[in-house]
Amino acid sequence: MNFQEIILSLQDYWSKQGCIIQQPYDLEKGAGTMNPATFLRCLGPEPWKVAYVEPSRRPTDGRYGENPNRLQHYYQFQVILKPSPDNVIELYMESLRQLGIDPDQHDIRLVEDNWESPTLGAWGLGWEVWLDGMEITQFTYFQQCGGFDCHPVCAEITYGLERIATYIQNKESVFAIEWVDGITYADVHHQSEVDYSHYNFHGADVEALITMFNICEQEARRVADLHLAQPAYDYVLKCSHLFNLLDARGAISVTERTGYIARVRNIARIVAKEYMEQRQRLGYPLLKDDKLRQQLLQDVEVEG
Amino acid sequence: MKRDLLLEIGVEEMPSAFMAGALNDIKELAEQKLTARRIGFDQVDSLGTPRRLVLHVKGLEEKQEDAVIAARGPKKASAFDPQGNPSKAALGFARGQGIEAADLQIREVDGIEYVFAVKTELGGMTEEVLPEILLDIIHSLSFPKSMRWAYYQTRFARPVRWLLTLYGNRTVNVQIENVFSGNSSYGHRFLAPDNFVVNSIDEYFAQLRQRYVIVDHRERKNLIWEQVQETARQAGGKAMENDELLEEVCFLLEYPTAFAGRFSPSYLDVPAEVLTTSMIEHQRYFPVFDDQGRLMNAFIGVRNGTAASLDIVRAGNERVLKARLEDALFFWKEDTAKALADFVPGLHKVMFHERLGSIMDKVERLQKLAVFIGQQTGLSCPDQLERAALLCKADLLSNMVYEFPELQGIMGRYYALQSREEEEVAQAILEHYMPRFAGDELPASPTGTVLALTEKLDNLTACFAIGIRPSGSQDPYALRRQALGVVNILTETNIKTDLRLIINAACQGLVNVKTEGDVQQFTDELMDFIRQRQRGILLDKGFAFDVIDAVLALSLSDLNDIQDRVKAVQEFKATEKYEDFMVVFNRSHNLSKKWDSTAVNVEYLKDESEKALYQHLVQAQPLVSQCLQAGDYTQAMHRLAALRVELDRFFTAVMVMVEDENLKAARLGMLKTIAGLCVQVADFSKII
Repeated sequence: MNFQEIILSLQDYWSKQGCIIQQPYDLEKGAGTMNPATFLRCLGPEPWKVAYVEPSRRPTDGRYGENPNRLQHYYQFQVILKPSPDNVIELYMESLRQLGIDPDQHDIRLVEDNWESPTLGAWGLGWEVWLDGMEITQFTYFQQCGGFDCHPVCAEITYGLERIATYIQNKESVFAIEWVDGITYADVHHQSEVDYSHYNFHGADVEALITMFNICEQEARRVADLHLAQPAYDYVLKCSHLFNLLDARGAISVTERTGYIARVRNIARIVAKEYMEQRQRLGYPLLKDDKLRQQLLQDVEVEG
Repeated sequence: MKRDLLLEIGVEEMPSAFMAGALNDIKELAEQKLTARRIGFDQVDSLGTPRRLVLHVKGLEEKQEDAVIAARGPKKASAFDPQGNPSKAALGFARGQGIEAADLQIREVDGIEYVFAVKTELGGMTEEVLPEILLDIIHSLSFPKSMRWAYYQTRFARPVRWLLTLYGNRTVNVQIENVFSGNSSYGHRFLAPDNFVVNSIDEYFAQLRQRYVIVDHRERKNLIWEQVQETARQAGGKAMENDELLEEVCFLLEYPTAFAGRFSPSYLDVPAEVLTTSMIEHQRYFPVFDDQGRLMNAFIGVRNGTAASLDIVRAGNERVLKARLEDALFFWKEDTAKALADFVPGLHKVMFHERLGSIMDKVERLQKLAVFIGQQTGLSCPDQLERAALLCKADLLSNMVYEFPELQGIMGRYYALQSREEEEVAQAILEHYMPRFAGDELPASPTGTVLALTEKLDNLTACFAIGIRPSGSQDPYALRRQALGVVNILTETNIKTDLRLIINAACQGLVNVKTEGDVQQFTDELMDFIRQRQRGILLDKGFAFDVIDAVLALSLSDLNDIQDRVKAVQEFKATEKYEDFMVVFNRSHNLSKKWDSTAVNVEYLKDESEKALYQHLVQAQPLVSQCLQAGDYTQAMHRLAALRVELDRFFTAVMVMVEDENLKAARLGMLKTIAGLCVQVADFSKII
């Protein structure tokens, strides 16, 4: 199975499970969780089922294209099931079968791994899924997001696409993954890995990045004040990525680090609150159970 | 008739680290709750796998025991009139309790008689109260971290997916959110995923086994260890004994099958600790050693399932480990490409604590303090101490320690040896973190011992100086552990030193640090904090708390001296002379408590008994002082105990508190002197 067949197969499978197949969000981000289809949608009472590929960036993980397993740009396949269904693990196992990984033939384990994103004010409990000793998926029940309790709780399934592909194709290096006949992962991404590694570690202009961070932080607050949740969130994402770049550049001391993280978390919380209020003003349109919908809206009025 | 009770809580894979605690808690909760509800049982057992917590109560009585309940009413005096007829109060009480006034009983409480309504509450059927009890047990379980799922508010370690309950052959109705109890369960997630019905508890255990679940964790653990040893033997070596790893593996699977994997011998160039850490921490494999104890290029993994297609599993695991070891080899080569000392300048950029500066600032403090402690204790020499202190944090900047923080110190030693540092210096780098946990080895080399003390006392002093104190379960800087380390190093290696002097030196080293509060005050607090850890250690060693407290009351700053005194007093307490000594102390101490002066004007002494006592005292005083100087506390106490004869005579012959102020002063002065000598060993007023 080549790389794009893996993606298509997962899309096909989750589509059949009733997920909307969304597309990557058009801004830099560290993980699929940061796509508004996860970060914003997991807030509030409305159900939501979505799956999408997410190109993700971790500037500090760059290795100039020399390390067989580490990349500063890679792909996640993200699934959100809200509320978490009772058979969520079985659904996941079935998706592995679709990829030709028969759990009966392998050793598959769910090993405790809790997820936390201090910049997003988010955390959850779950596992890493091991396939014959290799971590291929992160599985999380979101408990909090943007500093707010998730209710209902959603299940997040994040597949490491390169890991799965190297396993299925029996390759020693991600760069050897066959993307499609005759074209490898290296053909598509190697040179940009090299270039970005140079940029992330040496080329990025620290002062410019700091200026941009400050501007984006301000803009996030200003736009949130206008009650424009998602446009404000764009600037949270920009701040987060700029912070990661500064970090890779070695421009942030340990003390400053905590400060930067708190600044991103604060605007993430403001945006999360704006989003939840907006959904409520809209009357929770995705809640098909009208009785529950009226009940929730009424509760808010009473509390408000 | 007695019947067994079974509860199986089916969960999504529990964190392995929670299982031992959860199994212990569920057993204790069951024992408590059943006892509280007066339901007898023979035995409670708990078993578990990642997917199930199982409670098995053997021989549960089918009926609660009857209970006799006595409710107290008014006093007897106001409950009956003089003719013995019940008063309004008594009638009202009886009515309230639902009994006849004639049935009221009289009982005495603290010397006062009251009327009591004594009723027998008949025990109900166990079956009727079981739902409530089981629900209570489930809801009472708590975990280090728990979660919600879907729309529900219940918190549990992981989502609850099924509940099996059997009392004898019947189901007990329990509901957790959308899960209703029943008489069915599930086998192994992949090998026997279907729901199956269980008609009896015996059948439950038999069925699970057929369905690839070894539910008894003790049996599973033994089985795993047997398989691991056997597989290692077949691979030509011995598996590492590691109970923590074994326990974790046990709670990561339901049906174990061990297999041996190999890796390229070329990775054996990397220090063994790196390879074993990677195998254990990342992959949960058992490393394998040969007859000489050398690490082999093999590992033992344990799969959750049968031996079917084991080759695929082995190949996959070998591949994963290869990638891990490749990383480790890369780090080793990168790190050893330069000398360990070359990492040191980088420590300027690493923050130790925002108020305590960089790690380099800390290293500079360590260098000075280590030399001072070396001088105080007569261990090691300034050159080695300075060098070891300079290098001890350098490995924090190595790739390997970044990847495996638990290898700090261990890598420092290897890199020091690679950089041709002295063996003693390299060893000290490793040892300065010791003891790393309760029961860990203590540093053995002189330089390592001094540096270990330096590291801990710098941390303790610096944290206390900026107002950080452990409170309750909060101890983010592990100050308790470090204070315990200080006590253990000093007392186990018998280093006599004045800890207060060292802490003072550590305080002086805190240049450019904004301290909180008065130096004297936080030094006192720190000394107390360390002595409190020593108190715990001494209690664990079996010394009596009152003896320990008596010695600690002296606020001494040589921990070995404290231990010597505690030993001496405890041993002396078991001898015949102890009684004499305590008579001497109590009689002299009680009367002279409020007297300040030890001055004795001999001219005023007139009775023969007091003159004799004075003579003995004058003779004993320098001898006792000598003993105290020499640390011979036993002899000091013997000499003081010997004063009893004269002291008893004195008390028989004279009154101390006479009107003649001069005479009284002389007598009290003698008593004060005696008591003062006693409390130089320990504050005996604390001894019960």
